[in-house]
Amino acid sequence: MTFSWWPAILAVIVFGVTLVTAMYSTYAERKFAAFFQDRLGPNRAGPFGLLQPLADGVKMFMKEEIIPSVSNKFLFVLGPSLFMITSLMTSSVIPWGPSLTIGGETYALQVADVNIAVLYLFGVVSIGVYGIMIGGWASNNKFALLGALRASSQMISYEVAMGISVVTLIMLTGTLSTSEIAAQQHGFLGDSYLTWNFFKNPLTFLIFFICALAETNRTPFDLPESETELIGGYHTEFSSMKLGLYLFAEYINMFVSSAVMALFFFGGYNYPWMDLLSDSPNLQALIGVGVMFSKTVFFIFVFMWIRWTIPRFRYDQLMHLGWKVLIPLSLINLVVQGFVMYGMGML
Amino acid sequence: MAMKPLTNRSKQVVNKEMTFTEKLYLPAILNGMRITFSHFFRKPVTISYPEKKRPISEVYRGMHVLKRDEIGAERCTACGLCAVACPAEAITMTAAERKKGEEHLYREEKYAAVYDINMLRCIFCGLCEEACPKEAIFLTDRIVPTEFERNDFVYGKDKLVEGVEPQKRIDVTKRQTKEVAEFKKHPEYAHNKLWDPNKSITKKKAH
Repeated sequence: MTFSWWPAILAVIVFGVTLVTAMYSTYAERKFAAFFQDRLGPNRAGPFGLLQPLADGVKMFMKEEIIPSVSNKFLFVLGPSLFMITSLMTSSVIPWGPSLTIGGETYALQVADVNIAVLYLFGVVSIGVYGIMIGGWASNNKFALLGALRASSQMISYEVAMGISVVTLIMLTGTLSTSEIAAQQHGFLGDSYLTWNFFKNPLTFLIFFICALAETNRTPFDLPESETELIGGYHTEFSSMKLGLYLFAEYINMFVSSAVMALFFFGGYNYPWMDLLSDSPNLQALIGVGVMFSKTVFFIFVFMWIRWTIPRFRYDQLMHLGWKVLIPLSLINLVVQGFVMYGMGML
Repeated sequence: MAMKPLTNRSKQVVNKEMTFTEKLYLPAILNGMRITFSHFFRKPVTISYPEKKRPISEVYRGMHVLKRDEIGAERCTACGLCAVACPAEAITMTAAERKKGEEHLYREEKYAAVYDINMLRCIFCGLCEEACPKEAIFLTDRIVPTEFERNDFVYGKDKLVEGVEPQKRIDVTKRQTKEVAEFKKHPEYAHNKLWDPNKSITKKKAH
């Protein structure tokens, strides 16, 4: 196999798309918040306030950068960098569409089609918590430390349930490769049943979705930040673009976990009646990319919708939900699915 | 005795065990999401301020004006009644004597050389206007703009006194209705007289 620049080019494209989506997620978040509350939202910078993310970015860069004298400088800088890097790394194994064929050459719409993509994904996601922990600890600030503690305990607790729900999914699909998971959910109506994994086991999706909310520190699981209690939580001491990186990485995480949910449970790039286009596979693929993207955007919308509906959990409620509800539920789900699959002769 | 509810929306609080559906919380969450979504397409209640302004009352109590008379002389005589009436102690002034040749500038022999209102202290109650025996100070429907410095909120005569030119005069006819003007001039009304404890209206009412 000859060396090809295509994965590098695709990586840059995915990188750009991720950043732009995250940028406009901040705008959409504020706009949607306004709409949910019968307000107008940002509308001063450019038409409909569309230049607001740019203005925010410029503001972030212009702010004075403060590194507390009592902090550990190396770790203080490492924290946000690590958080940002890990959130960007996750998007590399997501298949954005079936392969394109141009002039006899095949171009895969996935940066790295590795056979352990699911493991890679969760490995990288769980490194992300170190960004928060290191940043919060290096600040040498009580509130930041409390926020970091909350964040790490929350993410570790919910990773267990999330892991078990992913195991359930892997049992169902029988593969760790994201491209195969996507390919298995081909079309919409299968031979005997709907192909998307959501319809095969909705409970897994529910658990996964709740854990994804907790993993991305979104309301109702935004305890690490909780402005009202911890004046910002782990990023209390951060200013300028280092704060920006933390806030921005949260939106990237949201984008990636939305994409993962669309991929794992809602068919990824597959859409109903896609076989009608099987004569022109490139068109089919391009529409698939659009479909994948709109599914992702839909989940981002759901994330925001939930944020402006549900209030934050109390800490004991959070732990109760994580350890006493979600983990037993996901274990029962796993076992029951095992029996059902055994009964159907799939194991 | 149970109090009569003010609305029909009040609900009796019951400390009962939650049912299984309630313990799931999901139906309640979905219902909440339904409610927030119903707001999504509603017309925003925001009024975009500088472009659109909310209609305000004709007798709105905003920024003060120091009036001039018909020939353009300042009406204020620096009697200090407004400063005494002011509950927020926002008004200060320094009186001066009118010189010969200044008759077109000041209506009476005494005038306010300095007249300051601290707009941060002012509570826009309008008592200065009520206290003024010379029809000199009025509150208008103009809004006090924002400033960056505290000192800029202390308004002197340069900002308070209206212009001489007819187009620069501030119309206060809405606040100075004929009835009010008459009432203030009427010598028989108690507040225009010297206070007499034996004839005080309030004292009679108290008995």
